[in-house]
Amino acid sequence: MTTENRNQTASAPAQHEDEEVRPAAPAPRGGMGGFGGQLPAKKPINFGPSVRRLIGRLRPEAWPVVIVTILAIIGVVFSVLGPMILGEGTNIIFEGFISSQLAEGTTAQQVIEGLRLQGNEGQADMLSAMNLHPGQGIDFTQLGWILLGALVLYLLSSLFTWLQGYVLNGAIQRTAYRLRSDVEDKINRLPLSYFDSLPRGEVLSRVTNDMDNVTQTLQQTLSQMITSLLTVVGVTVMMFIISPILALVALVTIPLTVVVTVVIARRSQKMFAAQWKHTGELNARIEETFTAHAIVKVFDRQDEVNADFDEKNAELFKASFGAQFVSGIIMPAMMFVGNLVYVAIAVVGGVMVSVGALRLGAVQAFIQYARQFSQPLSQLGSMANLLQSGVASAERIFELLDAEEMTSDPLVPETPKAAAGARVAFEDVSFSYSPDKPLITHMNLVAEPGSTVAIVGPTGAGKTTLVNLLMRFYEVDSGRITYNGIDIARMTRDDLRSRTGIVLQDTWLFVGTIRDNIAYGRPDATEEEIHEAAVAAYVDRFVHALPDGYDTMLDDDASNISAGERQLIAIARAFLAKPQILILDEATSSVDTRTEVLVQEAMKRLRADRTSFVIAHRLSTIRDADTIVVMENGAIVEQGAHAELIEAQGAYWRLYNAQFQEPAEQAA
Amino acid sequence: MLFRLLVRYLRPYWALLLAVVVFQSLQSWAMLALPSLNADIIDLGIATGDTGYILSTGAWMLLITLAQIVCTVVAVYFGARAAMSLGRDLRRDVFRGVGAFSEREVNTFGAPSLITRSTNDVQQVQTLVQMICTMLVSAPILAIGGVIAAMRLNLELSWLIAVSVPVLVVLVLLVVTRMLPLYRLVQQRIDRVNLVLREQLTGIRVIRAFVREPIETKRFDVVNTEITDVTTRAGRLMVLIPPLVMAVLNVSSVAVLWFGAFRVADGSLEIGTLFAFLQYLMQILMAVMMSTFMLVMVPRASVSADRIGEVLETESSVTPPDTPVTALRAHGTIELQNVSFSYPGADQPVLRNLSFTLQPGTTTAVVGSTGAGKTTLVNLMLRLFDATEGRVLVDGVDVRDLDPKLLWSRIGLVPQKPYLFAGTIASNLRYGNPDATDDELWRALETAQARDFVAAMPGGLSAKIAQGGTNVSGGQRQRLAIARAIVKRPEIYVFDDSFSALDVATDARLRRALDRDVGGATRFVVAQRVTSIVSADQILVLEHGVIVARGTHEELLSNSEIYAEIVASQLKAEEVAA
Repeated sequence: MTTENRNQTASAPAQHEDEEVRPAAPAPRGGMGGFGGQLPAKKPINFGPSVRRLIGRLRPEAWPVVIVTILAIIGVVFSVLGPMILGEGTNIIFEGFISSQLAEGTTAQQVIEGLRLQGNEGQADMLSAMNLHPGQGIDFTQLGWILLGALVLYLLSSLFTWLQGYVLNGAIQRTAYRLRSDVEDKINRLPLSYFDSLPRGEVLSRVTNDMDNVTQTLQQTLSQMITSLLTVVGVTVMMFIISPILALVALVTIPLTVVVTVVIARRSQKMFAAQWKHTGELNARIEETFTAHAIVKVFDRQDEVNADFDEKNAELFKASFGAQFVSGIIMPAMMFVGNLVYVAIAVVGGVMVSVGALRLGAVQAFIQYARQFSQPLSQLGSMANLLQSGVASAERIFELLDAEEMTSDPLVPETPKAAAGARVAFEDVSFSYSPDKPLITHMNLVAEPGSTVAIVGPTGAGKTTLVNLLMRFYEVDSGRITYNGIDIARMTRDDLRSRTGIVLQDTWLFVGTIRDNIAYGRPDATEEEIHEAAVAAYVDRFVHALPDGYDTMLDDDASNISAGERQLIAIARAFLAKPQILILDEATSSVDTRTEVLVQEAMKRLRADRTSFVIAHRLSTIRDADTIVVMENGAIVEQGAHAELIEAQGAYWRLYNAQFQEPAEQAA
Repeated sequence: MLFRLLVRYLRPYWALLLAVVVFQSLQSWAMLALPSLNADIIDLGIATGDTGYILSTGAWMLLITLAQIVCTVVAVYFGARAAMSLGRDLRRDVFRGVGAFSEREVNTFGAPSLITRSTNDVQQVQTLVQMICTMLVSAPILAIGGVIAAMRLNLELSWLIAVSVPVLVVLVLLVVTRMLPLYRLVQQRIDRVNLVLREQLTGIRVIRAFVREPIETKRFDVVNTEITDVTTRAGRLMVLIPPLVMAVLNVSSVAVLWFGAFRVADGSLEIGTLFAFLQYLMQILMAVMMSTFMLVMVPRASVSADRIGEVLETESSVTPPDTPVTALRAHGTIELQNVSFSYPGADQPVLRNLSFTLQPGTTTAVVGSTGAGKTTLVNLMLRLFDATEGRVLVDGVDVRDLDPKLLWSRIGLVPQKPYLFAGTIASNLRYGNPDATDDELWRALETAQARDFVAAMPGGLSAKIAQGGTNVSGGQRQRLAIARAIVKRPEIYVFDDSFSALDVATDARLRRALDRDVGGATRFVVAQRVTSIVSADQILVLEHGVIVARGTHEELLSNSEIYAEIVASQLKAEEVAA
């Protein structure tokens, strides 16, 4: 960010939103903030380490995670045992059915031998694997017990799955809570330069959008990931226990599934990226056209805008159709693989049963295992995308958490004595926002206790920078600023700031009542004190006209009161804080004239008996300042009282003339 | 609205939809054929030990599986095409609709809301259609087909379907309906967290200046705890669903085996058929569950559809004339005759009975406090609004009879918010005059006092401008917007509070340059700052929508108290006299 920009940021008037100066950002970013809604598919840079770090955030939840793992294992074991037990039930039914068709009184052995004698080798083989009691039919007592067992097992499995989800949910939400709080803490420890060097929307998007994305990813992937992985392992084990041959048949599908997922996912990822890109572009167009609706009309660009929109819209259609189509195939493809396994098991299993190598219940169990197996696999596949975007967001948050913090306050801070007044001195101060562009060089300036120092100069001269240094929003590069003789760098920031009141041009008020806003600097202020400050700042006057008086809620952008009234509230806020030093950044336009008079008057009252720095935009308001400092390009070019400076016919005189005398002075 | 919107926008794609239904039916049928073939393998193959039969039936199953994937892919293809076409058409129509709006409609909706409607809301509806085409079409077919197949297999066991399906639906709906309000709450809480964070970022200087960090941290902790609380509650419900579904499915299969076993025992059911029945039941339950989840999307899409419908059904309050006047004789006169304007439903008119004339070569300025109706006045002159009463004449012709393009070609507007478009300096300057030469651009920049900083930018005229012009400062943006209007070389200039971000010296230089360069044009200036307008030929003082005084600076100083008051608030008396 250039110094030119920075200073214009502060000295240019009007809506602060308009004054936000950003480095040229790539266009699609603009659409990303609020309206685009969908974040473009960003890729994490360091996937592995970032995932580890994200998981590491769960460390305070070590116990719940252990419990979750145990519960998940129990749940999975039960759900994996289920099909085998059901298979046992199937065997009882099937074998009971076969037995009922055999002549009563014979033994199974006799039946099989009979079959062999008839040359019916195949059936004989099959029956030899069975547990037959000829003529007895289905053993319902045994079946009942087995099914009851399965029922209990299944219900327990559901219970454990639920418990596991419940515990994990708590752990994840607490982790999200901690992450949010860490980010908020970090905001308080970052130097202002961090926020000033990034576009405002950028930081905001990190702490809001990215944060949501991370918590959602944790929520949606972690729980599924645990059960899916365990299920795959459990099912594999069970399949091998029941029938290694069929297990191998089923496992052939793993590489198949992986290949199918990878091939499709790779294509769809590219297409999704294209879809996001085109969505971003189109949304940026829409945003632009709607925001500048009047300009588009008056400059007669509707036709061009429409043509351009159609073109971008068609591109988006193509891209999103491709993405949706390819991603839409994933599920059917998984189903196809699943069906292939199903067919393979049905056939191979059928043949095995018919030759007596396997019992029917095992085939039945296998068909269920195959489904239990392919489902988590495809879930893992679909989670990959979610995980990727979540990790990318996590990375952006980690970046913020890793950003360099402000220098810490001195261990043994000095405190200036609570003297009657404050003497502020800039001693040989140099400062620049970027090393290659020196801004303030070797500046000296003294403000005596109770005096008013007005700072004037063209945009970009460095006026706001003085405020930044004085408040220690930024630290000086060399030289020092003293407060009653003590270097402010030796004080704690809180101490310094609590002695300093500030009324910025960008009168930031927070969402809350007028009363709360006035009491902002001193939440413990009594009703009386608040009222006093309100009267002094002329807030009391207009507050009575509002339906809810001091309880009137100010909206998000405080649009329900005028700019001038906002300024008055900011002044009342400073009044209540009773600072020793005062910094006023004057408002210029966009304040309606009647209120403007009051603002000026209130500011004057506020200045009384305080060491004040006034950044002036209108020279008329600071004529009675004790010292007027004229700044140009970061240096003080003139310093003195109004009359002296006019006398000198220097920079101040030129500024003054430009402001008050119309074309006449051109000759001068 | 959702239904009407879908009918209207899907009608052109009926053939695609028909194809989706046909192919989804085919694939569902294929899906349903597998269990009964499997039953055949058990009953006819295994039971008789006929390996050949098993293999040949297996081959059939393989073939059907292949057919099924082909049908599904085709269905997905057509479905995606239909859904994306709907999205494209909807976006186009919303965009065109807004393009035809007057400023009044744009203001009523608000630009951000219109943007969300044409992006996110369209996306919602589009996603719903996509889901319908890929899943919702096949789910009922699969469910109904499953029921029919299962009933054909064994009517006596069918009561199991009649029990398990409603149980599943009721359980899932019970949880989901409890979750929905919680999710709305989650959204609200997220908004609050974001609000606090946004405040901490935008107000960071004030927060630090007032040493409020600890209190802000406490405030954040409150909203943070609130969001954690509600997401925890929503999460608890969410984790109920998978175990519930699993429980219903598993209990059902146990039940099928138990009751089926009796049928097998009494010989009314073959064992293979029992398994086919079991698999059908599973398919039905899965399909039902899918549909239930899909249906949850409908309310959301329906809200979006309503919001889109509002835009599509809103007519512009400013319509071009049927037989427009396409040529004007005179050049650059604007006359307002008894013009009043009020918003529909408002008790107070914004402007009341305004009459004045702007002449070529003169400057008319309007001053007045915020909310006096200045920008409304500008909008009326540009026919971005229509007057409720009275007439606005441009060169003697009522703007309502004029071809809007002709009207706008005559006027160069510098709006209050000097919006710049993504592109380059040059592309922005050429916005109203694509054929302007580089020389013309530089001249306009010179007049607008923007030459120096543009020349200093890397690339000069081809320097990049970010969307909205956020990479240049407010003052620079204002000057570029002025240059953009000058490049157009219109006969009438309208400056809506266009000098506010300039420092006084630049402001003065700019006005002198304008006198020199576009002195022959009609100029209309809305201003807050008195210094910007002292030299105007005619100053109108607007107060609560009424012109309370008019005249030159000197005249007004002596005969208008309000004007004198405005001036006094900005300059000290002697300075004005000087």
